[in-house]
Amino acid sequence: MADTLERVTKIIVDRLGVDEADVKLEASFKEDLGADSLDVVELVMELEDEFDMEISDEDAEKIATVGDAVNYIQNQQ
Amino acid sequence: MKAGILGVGRYIPEKVLTNHDLEKMVETSDEWIRTRTGIEERRIAADDVFSSHMAVAAAKNALEQAEVAAEDLDMILVATVTPDQSFPTVSCMIQEQLGAKKACAMDISAACAGFMYGVVTGKQFIESGTYKHVLVVGVEKLSSITDWEDRNTAVLFGDGAGAAVVGPVSDDRGILSFELGADGTGGQHLYLNEKRHTIMNGREVFKFAVRQMGESCVNVIEKAGLSKEDVDFLIPHQANIRIMEAARERLELPVEKMSKTVHKYGNTSAASIPISLVEELEAGKIKDGDVVVMVGFGGGLTWGAIAIRWGR
Repeated sequence: MADTLERVTKIIVDRLGVDEADVKLEASFKEDLGADSLDVVELVMELEDEFDMEISDEDAEKIATVGDAVNYIQNQQ
Repeated sequence: MKAGILGVGRYIPEKVLTNHDLEKMVETSDEWIRTRTGIEERRIAADDVFSSHMAVAAAKNALEQAEVAAEDLDMILVATVTPDQSFPTVSCMIQEQLGAKKACAMDISAACAGFMYGVVTGKQFIESGTYKHVLVVGVEKLSSITDWEDRNTAVLFGDGAGAAVVGPVSDDRGILSFELGADGTGGQHLYLNEKRHTIMNGREVFKFAVRQMGESCVNVIEKAGLSKEDVDFLIPHQANIRIMEAARERLELPVEKMSKTVHKYGNTSAASIPISLVEELEAGKIKDGDVVVMVGFGGGLTWGAIAIRWGR
């Protein structure tokens, strides 16, 4: 968990230019972290590369918060 | 024998359609369009102006800059998905209008990657010693295949033409490497429907484009025996600033080394790369001896890239 969250957090901080402190599990990409739809697509792509997995469109649409992303990745591994 | 680009030209329709104009046509906003696409305005050809008219204008400019007479053209390749009609082809129409009597002529259909396909095809005929002068035109009247009631696509496209004369250059100039590719399994993500409207799955196309543009750039640089630091300028297909930025980041190039015309013209498909090339040359951004990478992707799915050392 810690490791996944750490790697996910780093990607979010790099891509969205937000403070690490704001990347909480309950934070919504669009509402709290200022991401638009394309930012979310880019984030998903980076997660795919980082964790060597494919995230389908259908699944990607359900990823709204940092916690959703972390849970999704852990369930796939 | 090395093939290179001897001269370039472009044609841009006069009529400007701004994001604010679009706000009155579909439910959208200037702010939304700018942040998602980088587009501020696009050009729309008049009702009685077709691809052949724009192609001829761009071709004449290219021939003049190349100092090549139309009668000396051996081949005309026109990349377009919006020909005046299926046949005669736009290439045959402009062969007549230019008076390029000697030239064979055919249209190339590879969507937004069409200009790259054309340049690479021309290069083969030059380097084999078969032909001396190949005119390659990228031209689109995308306004004619846009659903002006679909806010997802109506904001993206524009009309225009760009042309290049491909011919023999000195051994230390010209096209260094290329890559062409296709993936028909992705055809469903970007296509023309039965109503002749462009349909796009934005998310899928975005993902494909971001990955493919970066990949193709890296591949042509490697094939040319160069490294990223050797690249002086990048001309990506002007589809969407966010996709272009991803390619630029992959090459680790500063902002000023990437061509950006998408804000003025939107996505002009096969025309976008040659139009940008003309503008960057005019602005003095590309100089003799510079290594320039051009890369495009489009419906098909198709993609193509070249690395070229600029000059004759």
